[in-house]
Amino acid sequence: MATSELTSGVPGAEDDDPLAVAAAWRADGKTVALATVVSTWGSSPRPVGSQLVVDGDGAFRGSVSGGCIEGAVVSEALAAIADGEVRLLSYGVTDDMAWEVGLACGGTVEVFVERVE
Amino acid sequence: MKADILAQLQADRAAKRPVARVTDLESGAESLVYLADTKEEISLPSDLIEAARRALEIDRSQPFETGGGRYFIHAHNPPLRLIIVGAVHIAQPLSRIAALAGYAVTVVDPRRAFASSARFAGVAVSRDWPDKALTALAPDSRTAVVTLTHDPKLDNPALAVALRSPAFYVGSLGSKRTHAKRCEGLAEMGVDAAAIARIHGPIGLSIGAASPAEIAVSIIAQITQVRRQGAQAAA
Repeated sequence: MATSELTSGVPGAEDDDPLAVAAAWRADGKTVALATVVSTWGSSPRPVGSQLVVDGDGAFRGSVSGGCIEGAVVSEALAAIADGEVRLLSYGVTDDMAWEVGLACGGTVEVFVERVE
Repeated sequence: MKADILAQLQADRAAKRPVARVTDLESGAESLVYLADTKEEISLPSDLIEAARRALEIDRSQPFETGGGRYFIHAHNPPLRLIIVGAVHIAQPLSRIAALAGYAVTVVDPRRAFASSARFAGVAVSRDWPDKALTALAPDSRTAVVTLTHDPKLDNPALAVALRSPAFYVGSLGSKRTHAKRCEGLAEMGVDAAAIARIHGPIGLSIGAASPAEIAVSIIAQITQVRRQGAQAAA
């Protein structure tokens, strides 16, 4: 069958694939943490399984919310890179911190953060 | 996440092999679960393995609790595919929007002037006759098939193959009258009525789309609706 290979002509989801980014950053010798949405209640902008990849300098790709909690999650990711411990974080309207970090959509989201060893 | 798990996930995804990563949310301990048995799963509770396989089947990542432990099942399935029959004008914006929405796109058109690489840079193109192309592409339950040619010589053989496949969406461009004729033609080819009823035609959500890009939006919107809410919600 005369099928040509799919090349990068169209900006597709691949460019922001968090695992691909994590692997590429590791190959570049960077330290890397992954944050994953593991559960949501109520309205939440990103579905379960959404991932954010963070390097040791705090650069990140992907998302775990509509931008509301990424700042807080990046801080936790940097802490995970430093101490190697996994973290299960919860952000929502019942949490005073959540108002400060701004989960304005009114939902609750649980985020698992781990270092890529 | 261990480096070898990441490497294995990347290899599985490159090979289009469904795989679920199961993570203990307390300890971070992790395992990979496949649809078929592999030795890595021995240490996991059997209900967790079953849940992981189910998560792959329904393509839904989710938390799972068993034996006092809480786990996250992350389902990694091969990419969604969109097969577009007819390298017509609408196929150009449709292939781009579909790629943005996460679909691996193949355009099928035996007419060389249409399926030129200049019109479809970066898109996989098959110039085989549609029934042969569709058979080779083997639509699965993560594949949508759209016909755009308006020409029964090209559309109908593709539809006949698509309707025998587990493709989650089959849509066909054309007016109600064209669609009625198409249904007659497919019935004459021996396609049964229930299969013919699976075709979304006229294609796309009714949003008053007029330009090729707008029609492409309405088609992707309908495919999304069927994928996320099921064929009945979209009917």
